Amino acid sequence: MDFTETLRIAVDSLLINRLRSALTTLGIIIGVGAVIGLVSLGRAVEDFIAREFESLGANVLEVRSARPSSPTRIRIQPLTTLEAAALAKPSIISAVRQVANSYSLFGQVAGGGERTSVQINGVSSNYALVRAWPVEKGDFISPEQEESAARVAVLGLDVVEALYADRRFDPIGQTIRINQRTFTVIGVMSQRGGTFISEDNVVLVPLKTAQTRLDNARTADGGYRVTTIYVEVSSEEAIQQATTDITAYLSEAHGIVFDGEQDFSVTSPSDILGIINQVSSVLTVFLVLIASISLLVGGIGIMNIMLVSVTERTREIGLRKALGAQARDILAQFLVESVMLSLLGGLLGIGVGWLAAQFGMLLVPDLTITLSLDAVILATTISTMVGVFFGYYPAQRAARLRPIEALRFE
Amino acid sequence: MFGRLQPPNGKKPSQSTEAAVIDIRNITKTYFMGEVTLQVLRGISLKIKRGEFVSIMGPSGSGKSTLMNILGALDQPTSGEYFLDGVDVSQMSESELARVRNRKIGFVFQNFNLLRRTEALRQVELPLIYAGVPNRAKRARAALEAVGLGQRLDHLPSELSGGQQQRVAIARALVTEPSVILADEPTGNLDSRSGTEVMQIFQRLNREKQITTVFVTHDPWIARHTNRVIMLRDGKVVADQRVKQPLIAGEAERPSEAEELQGIFEATYYGGKKEEYT
Repeated sequence: MDFTETLRIAVDSLLINRLRSALTTLGIIIGVGAVIGLVSLGRAVEDFIAREFESLGANVLEVRSARPSSPTRIRIQPLTTLEAAALAKPSIISAVRQVANSYSLFGQVAGGGERTSVQINGVSSNYALVRAWPVEKGDFISPEQEESAARVAVLGLDVVEALYADRRFDPIGQTIRINQRTFTVIGVMSQRGGTFISEDNVVLVPLKTAQTRLDNARTADGGYRVTTIYVEVSSEEAIQQATTDITAYLSEAHGIVFDGEQDFSVTSPSDILGIINQVSSVLTVFLVLIASISLLVGGIGIMNIMLVSVTERTREIGLRKALGAQARDILAQFLVESVMLSLLGGLLGIGVGWLAAQFGMLLVPDLTITLSLDAVILATTISTMVGVFFGYYPAQRAARLRPIEALRFE
Repeated sequence: MFGRLQPPNGKKPSQSTEAAVIDIRNITKTYFMGEVTLQVLRGISLKIKRGEFVSIMGPSGSGKSTLMNILGALDQPTSGEYFLDGVDVSQMSESELARVRNRKIGFVFQNFNLLRRTEALRQVELPLIYAGVPNRAKRARAALEAVGLGQRLDHLPSELSGGQQQRVAIARALVTEPSVILADEPTGNLDSRSGTEVMQIFQRLNREKQITTVFVTHDPWIARHTNRVIMLRDGKVVADQRVKQPLIAGEAERPSEAEELQGIFEATYYGGKKEEYT
């Protein structure tokens, strides 16, 4: 018997029980739809995060003090302005473009009749440039202001809102007090957002101001402590080598001999991106596993309906056998029926998943959700496999029916 | 009152020189049900030649359905041999039996056994599909024309009368040009008019195309339309006789029960008020 006839017989049988076929398919539609929707959503979130990081400067390394991973070293030697200056030399990091520093402390900020407790970042004048974070209003800290430890401040948007109750308020020229010292506002940073915590809740002051006026950050070697050193390199490809160079230089400067004793960390945006992606893929896998349960339930639904169908059509099977159908013809007929049901469910499920993704895009306009080809291929393959797996037993039962008993069945 | 049918081609149907289409030798069938064994066929031998029109008769439990299943290659005998067209069928595998049913046997059932929501042409094509032969639609159309349903090719069973449905089933049995058509009470579910129509078709096919036909029936009226009657009782052949003057369907009218049972009654008895019975 040729395959087109098998297909035709299966289609005819499915059309005879339209409502039942549709309901059976529904289980698979929901399962595949959920898988497709969740995979697409997961991909969209990953893409979104990647794009965000790209815009934050993908070729900037961040160096911070960190607890050594090895218990053999407990002391943490702070990073200093002198080390930062050394890292800016091409003789130490060949691909270095420029280096920005920041020194962070917490402080009380009062202004506009309000007070708030925020992070104060003393930053070098090239900080805005290196971090790709421009001012929205007014000016950023100038090299002269940095040099003279001027009492000027650039506010993050959240701070503007906290002090003046309105993000659009123009605070330039206003006087604020940071830890009881008077500062003049010279600018407002643009909105930065943040992956986990908002970076907009910050007050930026000249590095030296933070190190000398708000704190005493002088170190034994004649420099000042810094919290973060931002090292910008010429390209993303140079990041690997620069990481090695920085680690080598600082290890020597801090007298570290063994790996794991490093009291600093060097991270690149791609590292963080990698971690976030890892978290999000674990999450996606988890959600897809949950969605697969509905696929399993759908498969069991197909098996159930096929078993009912075989019992109900016992006489038909008997007749077909009496007319000369081989056991394999009957097997093929029922197997094709169940595969068609699940494959149809899979294809419709792809559509449903796509619709769900479109709906998700309406809710979160920042996400660009696309239907990836591999998800479609996966869904098609899996639904076919579900059809074969759950259809085989009923089909085999049909094929094994003895013709006389099947014909006698009422 | 009763019509007469001449034997096909004026030849006598049981001439021993002709090759037998069906040749069974000492067939037995025993069912084993735990402790109990039930011997349904106790050694049956018979030959049916090409062009014969045979009735197998017997009361319930005589083994006629079991014999029919064995003749139709739906079941295997416990012992004995069965040559169909000279080929031993009694030792065949399930798959070979399916082929034999497909190529050599046409079935007609009491309850028609048509596929629901399937057009007549498609029903008749079914055995050809399993045979994998070309020109299916053309052959199916010819078979439907042969049973007078050339105008009903695209009708569903629900759109056909009982007699027409059985004619579709006959076309389906005919379409593969089988060696023998086996019909199990083919008129059992039909009113007398449709039954006569169906009987006429069987007789015409047998007369014009020499199609070997075997009926299984318990109805003597049906058996009288065939050329030979084999009677079974308790799994054995008790009589195998030629019909002297087979009836021609449509020419003879079936006697009523009262006529058939005439002469067996002693007295007329009314259980209730007389008016209720008239």
